[in-house]
Amino acid sequence: MPYIPTDYMPYDFANRRHIGPSPSEIEEMLATLGVSSLDELIDQTVPESIRQKEPLDFGQPYSEKRLLWNMRRVARKNKVFTSMIGQGFYGTVTPPAIQRNILENPAWYTAYTPYQPEISQGRLEALLNFQTMICDLTGLDIANASLLDEASAAAEAMTMAQRVAKSKLKKFFIDEQCHPQNIAVMQTRAAPLEIEIVVGPVDTLDPSTVFGAILQYPGTNGKLHDFTAEIDALHSENAIGILIADPMALTILKEPGKMGADIAVGSTQRFGVPMGCGGPHAAYIACRDAYKRSLPGRIVGVSVDARGKKAYRLSLQTREQHIRREKATSNVCTAQALLAVIAGFYGVFHGADGLKAIAQRIHLKAARIARALKAAGFAIEHEAFFDTVCVEVGAFQGVIIDSARARRINLRAVGKTKIGISLDETTRLEMLDTLLEAFGIMDGSDEAEPEYCLPENLVRTSTYLTHSVFRMNRAETEMMRYMRRLADRDLALDRAMIPLGSCTMKLNSAAEMMPITWREFAHIHPFAPSDQLEGYKELVDDLSDKLCEITGYDAVSMQPNSGAQGEYAGLLTIRAYHDSRGDSDRDICLIPVSAHGTNPASAQMVGMKVVVVKSAENGDIDLKDFREKAVQAGERLAACMITYPSTHGVFEETVHEVCKITHEFGGQVYLDGANLNAMVGLAKPGEIGSDVSHLNLHKTFCIPHGGGGPGMGPIGVKKHLAPFLPGDPNVEDGAVANAPFGSASILPISWAYCLMMGGEGLTQATRIAILNANYIAKRLEGAYDILFTGSKGRIAHECILDTRAFADSVHVTVEDIAKRLIDSGFHAPTMSWPVAGTLMIEPTESETKAELDRFVEAMLSIRKEIALIESGEFDEKNNPLKNAPHTTADLIADWNRPYSREIACFPPGAFKVDKYWPPVGRIDNAFGDRNLVCTCPPLEEYAEAAE
Amino acid sequence: MKYTEEHEWLKVEGDAVIVGVTTYAAEQLGDVVYVELPEVDTEVSKDDEIVVIESVKVASDIKAPLDGTILEVNSELGETPGLVNDDPLGGGWFFKMKLKDMSDLDGLMDETAYNALIS
Repeated sequence: MPYIPTDYMPYDFANRRHIGPSPSEIEEMLATLGVSSLDELIDQTVPESIRQKEPLDFGQPYSEKRLLWNMRRVARKNKVFTSMIGQGFYGTVTPPAIQRNILENPAWYTAYTPYQPEISQGRLEALLNFQTMICDLTGLDIANASLLDEASAAAEAMTMAQRVAKSKLKKFFIDEQCHPQNIAVMQTRAAPLEIEIVVGPVDTLDPSTVFGAILQYPGTNGKLHDFTAEIDALHSENAIGILIADPMALTILKEPGKMGADIAVGSTQRFGVPMGCGGPHAAYIACRDAYKRSLPGRIVGVSVDARGKKAYRLSLQTREQHIRREKATSNVCTAQALLAVIAGFYGVFHGADGLKAIAQRIHLKAARIARALKAAGFAIEHEAFFDTVCVEVGAFQGVIIDSARARRINLRAVGKTKIGISLDETTRLEMLDTLLEAFGIMDGSDEAEPEYCLPENLVRTSTYLTHSVFRMNRAETEMMRYMRRLADRDLALDRAMIPLGSCTMKLNSAAEMMPITWREFAHIHPFAPSDQLEGYKELVDDLSDKLCEITGYDAVSMQPNSGAQGEYAGLLTIRAYHDSRGDSDRDICLIPVSAHGTNPASAQMVGMKVVVVKSAENGDIDLKDFREKAVQAGERLAACMITYPSTHGVFEETVHEVCKITHEFGGQVYLDGANLNAMVGLAKPGEIGSDVSHLNLHKTFCIPHGGGGPGMGPIGVKKHLAPFLPGDPNVEDGAVANAPFGSASILPISWAYCLMMGGEGLTQATRIAILNANYIAKRLEGAYDILFTGSKGRIAHECILDTRAFADSVHVTVEDIAKRLIDSGFHAPTMSWPVAGTLMIEPTESETKAELDRFVEAMLSIRKEIALIESGEFDEKNNPLKNAPHTTADLIADWNRPYSREIACFPPGAFKVDKYWPPVGRIDNAFGDRNLVCTCPPLEEYAEAAE
Repeated sequence: MKYTEEHEWLKVEGDAVIVGVTTYAAEQLGDVVYVELPEVDTEVSKDDEIVVIESVKVASDIKAPLDGTILEVNSELGETPGLVNDDPLGGGWFFKMKLKDMSDLDGLMDETAYNALIS
């Protein structure tokens, strides 16, 4: 018998790992659609006029093994020095239990934003722990579930201050002791809003001239100052006082609330999240109760479920951009959920005593250095400090910094004659000796315990982290099981498809994820000298080239930390371009009514006026209306913002015309890249006529959603806009985020994806994404109406099911359907967007036919249940849809429902053995918003919930 | 009772008017969770956005129906915003205002005209 080799190719990542349907499944699905080939389907879907001519070619795709080998090669080009630069980024120890059980655990990182609270109770509790920790540390009443980075949080606080101060004043004061990147990002934000920034020493603050002031605590050069008097003075003029406070310092220093601060922001990076060359990390924002309705971002709150049991949910969502659009408090629609969860667990892991001990040790190391430097005759700038010592060295600045670098230590140059030294949790005592050698002090070690260098009036006297969750037995067995219990409450991609339209919940493969925790990527300070960042440079350059190739743009900025921040950065680029041509009057932005809510919110942030363009009957942009509005805007037309394929999930054939009209009137085209997953390899935004787009790396390019962040929204631009891209926040103007490459440490994920897929693999992923969506649409045809389709009856990579008729006929709402899907073990599709009362489904290429079929079965069964309500067999109020989701509590209670337990809990699609049981029943949204509680509820309520 | 196209009702009480939203509007809003009211003595012009009303799903601005001055606001809405749903035409009122010119009321819809608008 001849030997027959198999065709199994482990290196074919695209077809064997990333793309769900097997070749035979693809054939079956094509047959269902009545087409003979994938190309035929694509030809019916993507208009010929927009198709790219040349295929994507990135050479031979990498196997997983080769990819990891290559990543190690590149990682080694980064040099991991001991960073004592400080400036908002510090060494930290990620407790291994947290790294393994959360950061590297798909149950946590593949989850979506907790918009469906019944299946998100685990991470909602973890985020509530984070909020509680922030409230305690800052001494303020309410905190949100995190913002993107400290600098953008400072900018959010500034605009929030303007809202709540209700002042007509336009000036805002920034303490010169703020970190440079914070000042840079606030300046960028202020300019288009006509806020006048005054930067100066705190003693020059004139409270009567400003609507608010922001002060850094401790200051960037380590200065400690009690701001109580300044904040009092601000209040007497009805101005707002904001502190940027280091949460580690707050464990031993007087808290912002006690100084009277109205708002506090800061970074929780040093709570167990590596520097990562700039991110991602969770920033926090907290404020006094009076201002809670002006707080930007997501807030986790406590409510009750259908049985009156405690349950968590997102509160006060009406503040947010998806509802308020251009009137929203901010365009922020992402948190840094995964990083906030890690920081919150760092607090749980160490507790108040542990955190305090860490902070004390950091402080004593700084005190030791200060004592030795003083003994050697150096002048220390501030006698009181927490972790940062600023030393006067005169003309020796360069020599000492070089000498430290030769010892693999990075110091910060402050001005021309000073050096900043920031100590952290990772600093070992031997390093202090090495550091002193760089100053020429050879016998610096002094065994005596140093004195504390904290001013008495700034020593913290209040308690914090007193809630039981921060006082639990911290044996690793307990910690591990607590993390496991929370993870088990949630439904993430590791259990089931998450068919959220416009969110592209595709595979985040293990090989892509592995490098992010390697020390050569993780332990890098974003402002380290460039010769230590060679690996990052190679990665960023090559990924930028590939993104340009994919999109047809000429330059990319990696800085924006979310899609919305990308929109904002892109519009700023357009504004700067117009200004450079003397076209400063261009301030009108045309936005279709179907646009995502961030579009108008972002336009508002750059000072543009939003003019809404109607949709035509078929869901496309109404071209006639578009032209009329462009004519009306005339020389004031700055930009249009379109989404392609449209938010209705259709490749509009009129897109060229929209771009042409915009350019005709001197405007620039912003093409929202949220739906790029339907275009990669088939069409390029830059060739269609767009000038700038953001690319959601957390959608199309495999960065996991992390349960509501991180995200990344780099922008690609055509050549003429390239000079106006965001600058380096440390040294240039126009920055939008903390660090030059934003959340650099997660870029390896997107790069790995491109390398392992190759050009053809990426294109095939797009084709299969379109196939999967059309397959679902076809199978649901007849049971549900598909709202919009292209001219040949096809949809792009997502489809909208119109369920509004059921609301009218039998009062079954889109929410009822969403909750009933939970019983089948599914996360609901996107609800009520972009059309109220509908469901938008996007399966992505990663799902197998079997999983699509399971979803279809669940949806068809729901349709049958609706039919039973229609026929009167099921009661309109007491039926499986209205009572969904069904919990074990329902099951063991007296069963008096007019349908069986089996129908309730095991509808088609539900796994018999591995059934997902939602931990709570339907959550009462109104109760939560009317009785706002955004910190951990008292212990009794936990006990009650556990019953 | 008079009505605006923004679904507000106005009831004359002496030389002042009481303003709220109609039952139809309250149903459209869903469960109201928060109402932000204007300050007493504020002078307002027609179409100024003076009330923010938030339900679980929607946030809306309520406009001043006519020119005038705010005399009193319904402080009970702070504690129990659900009054807007439970009793939109009574306990769920928003504010009392003194009109600059009472005859401005003549320009608003009567009940028949309003019912025609929403049907």
